[in-house]
Amino acid sequence: MFATLARNSDQIFILLRDWLLAFLPMMLRPYVSVLLSVVVIVCFFPALFALTVIFERKGLGRIQNRLGPNRVGPYGLLQPIADGIKSLTKEDIVPTTANGFVHFLAPVVLVVAVFMGFAVLPMGRNMVLVDMDCGLLFYFAMGASTELAVFMAGWSSRNKYSLLGAMRAVAQMISYEVILLLSGLAVVMITGSLSLPKIVEAQNHYSYGLPHWYIFTPWGLAGFVMYAIAATAETNRSPFDLPEGESELVAGYHTEYSGFKFALFFLGEYLAMFSISGLGATLFLGGWSAPFSFLTWVPSWIWFFSKLMLSIFVFIWMRGTLPRLRQDQLMNFAWKFVLPFTLFNLMVTALWRFMGDGWLRWAVCSALVAAAYVLMARVSMRRERFAPRSYRYAE
Amino acid sequence: MLGEGILKGMAETARNFFGSYVSKERLTTVQYPEEREPVAENARVFPFLVYDEGMKDGERPEWEAGLRCTSCQICEKECPPKCIFIEKSKDKKPDAFGKAQYYPVRFDIDISVCMSCQICVEVCPFDSIKMDTQFELATDDRFGNLMIDVQELAKSDSYYHSIHPTEASAIDQHRAETKVMLAAKTKAAAESAAAKAAAAPKPPEQQAGQGA
Repeated sequence: MFATLARNSDQIFILLRDWLLAFLPMMLRPYVSVLLSVVVIVCFFPALFALTVIFERKGLGRIQNRLGPNRVGPYGLLQPIADGIKSLTKEDIVPTTANGFVHFLAPVVLVVAVFMGFAVLPMGRNMVLVDMDCGLLFYFAMGASTELAVFMAGWSSRNKYSLLGAMRAVAQMISYEVILLLSGLAVVMITGSLSLPKIVEAQNHYSYGLPHWYIFTPWGLAGFVMYAIAATAETNRSPFDLPEGESELVAGYHTEYSGFKFALFFLGEYLAMFSISGLGATLFLGGWSAPFSFLTWVPSWIWFFSKLMLSIFVFIWMRGTLPRLRQDQLMNFAWKFVLPFTLFNLMVTALWRFMGDGWLRWAVCSALVAAAYVLMARVSMRRERFAPRSYRYAE
Repeated sequence: MLGEGILKGMAETARNFFGSYVSKERLTTVQYPEEREPVAENARVFPFLVYDEGMKDGERPEWEAGLRCTSCQICEKECPPKCIFIEKSKDKKPDAFGKAQYYPVRFDIDISVCMSCQICVEVCPFDSIKMDTQFELATDDRFGNLMIDVQELAKSDSYYHSIHPTEASAIDQHRAETKVMLAAKTKAAAESAAAKAAAAPKPPEQQAGQGA
């Protein structure tokens, strides 16, 4: 009885879809099935975005010992509706010298590219839109095309701030794309599959009631930290929010956007956060699998979305804590520390793969990762010390 | 080690986040229209005119009868942005010391021009114009409601006491001293007049001759 209930609630969305599809002729079913899933994804994540924005604003407020928005509705919970109405009713301004077509296309391309990433994310048991064998590759390909949208926006606006923001964005996103890929590669090396549902399956078993998530291995922990850093940079979140640093560049690449187009950029940014957090959860935090074996009766999609929201909370927490980096610090950090460390982590992963079971690989890999972290941080993040400036005057 | 500072910072913000739900001292926000902090005694926004309560002068309303302003127009002349407009009366009314004085029939302050410099207050020899603490003066009629006339400007001495107690008591003391001094002066003048009157009748021709 209880087991059936648990199974049904776990598969509730699948059952609902199948029930709806039963009303249709056989011929239409595959198409409508995909369409239904797409509609659910396209409706659900923007709703989550609205919720996240209000919680981010309130959370940031609390971090700064403020109240945050509390005027619209009870506890300010209707704020996203007010924001939505505001952005929809605002005038849509296109600069006269801008390239109108590209200017219009940029936010659309951004949102579409970000939404494509959700296609391969397993959001629960059997809950994946397209079970691709090369899902991870597809995801990264789609993630990389957001850079195009950002540069389109910056270039077509014909505004120096937009262009500078877009150039920063492209430099930053390409640098960190490498790290994102390489840290995800470690998981592929262990799993031997690029399919995201398979990666989750590989982590979905327990010993002593504890899960075999990749974050609980030395290489996985290191990979996860590097992934988190790259993901923050990839989504242009603080402390890597140089492309839209409002104190320097007005609003970066979306300076010249207003009204609904701006709302689309805003949506795209948050959707990218969701999808990259979802991918992080899938790769390192066991996707939709439960954190303890005795909790496996809880529906799998609840676990996926709680992991996702937890990552979002950490994103917000970091935004409330860290100041923005300088461009040179950003690049130094990526190329001098994070990239070498991620590459080293790949070697550790290979070692882990071929050392076989036992405590020895734990000891060796942990020691290697820790030593590499300390040493690389020492060497590559060394601060250059300048002597006091001396002047020579003419005699 | 790399990242140590970040963790420390994260701990600090987490302490703020949870602390703001627990301790009232952290959350310093005053939710303005519903809650408000008491206005500081030294606060100053726009000027107003003080009137003494309980004064009577025929048909005049209390605020006009007690108005300290004698429409000497010093403030109008001193006002740097020239936002005060005064029109002097034709007749006179007794002031708080019993002396007949002119009074303003029109005394307008354009608060959209006023810069709250308090120079009018400093130059006023009659302690008549003072700074108010009323700051909620927003209006949707920028032509009518930003020009404040004498009736709106006139506020009682007890109101002045309630907003600036220290300053108001000092001024009250000064005014009381002035009153005593004036009374003594009039008394002395009356006495000397009386003495003169007493001395005068004896040699009227001589006195008149001297005077001529």
